[in-house]
Amino acid sequence: MKTLDTLRTTMRRDQVWEIMVPKTGLELDISHGTILYLEDISVTFDGFRAIDRLNLYIDAGELRCIIGPNGAGKTTMMDIITGKTRPDTGTAWFGQTIDLLRLSEPEIASVGIGRKFQKPTVFEHHSVMENLELAMAADKRVWPTLVARLTPEQHARIDAVLETIGLQAHRARRAGALSHGQKQWLEIGMLLMQDPHLLLVDEPVAGMTHQEMDRTAELLKSLAGRHTVVVVEHDMDFVRSIANKVTVLHQGSVLAEGTMDEVQNDARVIEVYLGGDEGH
Amino acid sequence: MRLGTLHLDRGGQIFLALLALTTLLVPILNLAVPADSPLHVSTFTVTLLGKYLTYALLAIAVDLVWGYLGILSLGHGAFFALGGYAMGMYLMRQIGDRGVYGNPELPDFMVFLNWQELPWFWHGFDMFWFAALMVMLVPGALAFVFGWLAFRSRVTGVYLSIITQALTYALMLAFFRNEMGFGGNNGLTDFKDLLGFDLQSDATRIGLFIASALAVAGGYLACRTIVTSKLGRVTVAIRDAESRTRFIGYRVERFKLWVFTFSAVLAGIAGALYVPQVGIINPGEFSPINSIEIVVWVAIGGRATLYGAVLGALLVNYGKTYLTGVMPDAWLFALGGLFVLVTLLLPQGIAGLLRRKEATA
Repeated sequence: MKTLDTLRTTMRRDQVWEIMVPKTGLELDISHGTILYLEDISVTFDGFRAIDRLNLYIDAGELRCIIGPNGAGKTTMMDIITGKTRPDTGTAWFGQTIDLLRLSEPEIASVGIGRKFQKPTVFEHHSVMENLELAMAADKRVWPTLVARLTPEQHARIDAVLETIGLQAHRARRAGALSHGQKQWLEIGMLLMQDPHLLLVDEPVAGMTHQEMDRTAELLKSLAGRHTVVVVEHDMDFVRSIANKVTVLHQGSVLAEGTMDEVQNDARVIEVYLGGDEGH
Repeated sequence: MRLGTLHLDRGGQIFLALLALTTLLVPILNLAVPADSPLHVSTFTVTLLGKYLTYALLAIAVDLVWGYLGILSLGHGAFFALGGYAMGMYLMRQIGDRGVYGNPELPDFMVFLNWQELPWFWHGFDMFWFAALMVMLVPGALAFVFGWLAFRSRVTGVYLSIITQALTYALMLAFFRNEMGFGGNNGLTDFKDLLGFDLQSDATRIGLFIASALAVAGGYLACRTIVTSKLGRVTVAIRDAESRTRFIGYRVERFKLWVFTFSAVLAGIAGALYVPQVGIINPGEFSPINSIEIVVWVAIGGRATLYGAVLGALLVNYGKTYLTGVMPDAWLFALGGLFVLVTLLLPQGIAGLLRRKEATA
């Protein structure tokens, strides 16, 4: 019977086969002002609820900070947005039209979501400029890559990004020889080369000096507006210096949302996070 | 190829210049200088040099996948041997009725096994163009299928190396069997001529030597073109941080697949040039130790330089010829010792040493 059903579905004449249907909605539509919709998302790892009915909306062009104690589900949330982890339930939409849960990791990267990991992973043996070249939005199939030459526009684009991240002077330097902070900026630059609509930045200032932190804050603020930036960070001073809107995650769902002052005065937040451990 | 492939590649420039010089001088010294002159190069030496050059091409192929893509292939000897067998089959068919049994259609070993007709896979090998195509197609197809399966399932590192060893070992066992139709244990030998030229004549030997030199130069330039292109930068990125490369949108398995296949084709060409010069191909060429030896050449010469691979192949094989002449038992110890020393003292190989010298000078 099951085979018969499959056959009937396959032979239906009122519709084309599923594999023939063009993938619709790879064009980002943010006409309602919201770029990311996460609704009712739950993920369970071996019985542990990492994400518990999470609802989160990010407006286009905003700079949002996500904070929360360890195990609150911040990284898992990033994993879901980038397609690394699939949720058990819920929906994730990028703009009005793009269903993130149907796309693979590279596809999600190509529709315009870029992620910077906690640990900087630049290509150590390549120069700063080559790192940016590799990350550039381009035809990434094998043959086009073999014959690819940088056009003047692409050169200009690389120069522009080098200026944004402040590494013009180091363009020919091996990325492995950069300082920790410079690597982080280069990695943000590599994200920018892909011209993403949404940037996910995981702990950008971990291990940075104060000067580097200030520069990173400026960099991220300058990106907001043109891009939508979501930052996950532990460092409260840093969050205060960049964010106008903060979301607090706790046990896999949103505990509070608002300005830094609002959430810091929220009784529940103080209880689970800020009050208990101010040391971060 | 575009201009600039050799730009900034001093090692490559020197290597190609030396290769061109040798290719010009050796035929003159062999054919025009009388045999009793001290400058005379014997035909034996010419063939030996030609053989080394095919090894050099093989080493370039391995360096491309190991040095620039991070795939430690311990099975490249298999692609080399397959190319060799394809050429050997052509040479067998060229023998015609001059074999011991005088059968115009069947090679001697098939007559000996009482076979009545040519197996299907031997058809077409009487034509050179077909054999030449198979020299590239067979190793390429095997590498493609193997790579498609291995890279798609994301087999990497030491596991991949072990599988490549298993691949070449399995092929060796298969080719040892008489029923396979490739001459079994004895392989293919007793070749007479190639494209109508007598394989024993000096002129043919010189021709094969020049063909090998051209193949090495061509292989070098092709690989150099790849590694200096954006594709080369992607492969190095894959070598250094595979998942990161995947994450910025490159389909890593496809890059690996095509570069690996290309490398196997180069190895096949090297094998095809090797067989007419040494006059025999047998399943021993598939033995795992051969494939490991290739990796040792590359390691000694210096990974990810291409010319280092050539240097390593030439030096180690010269050493092998010399040592197996004077002290046959010592060779494997010398090879092993050399590998240990290079790994400990010269992780960048000889090419790295030269480069360091240049940097300090």
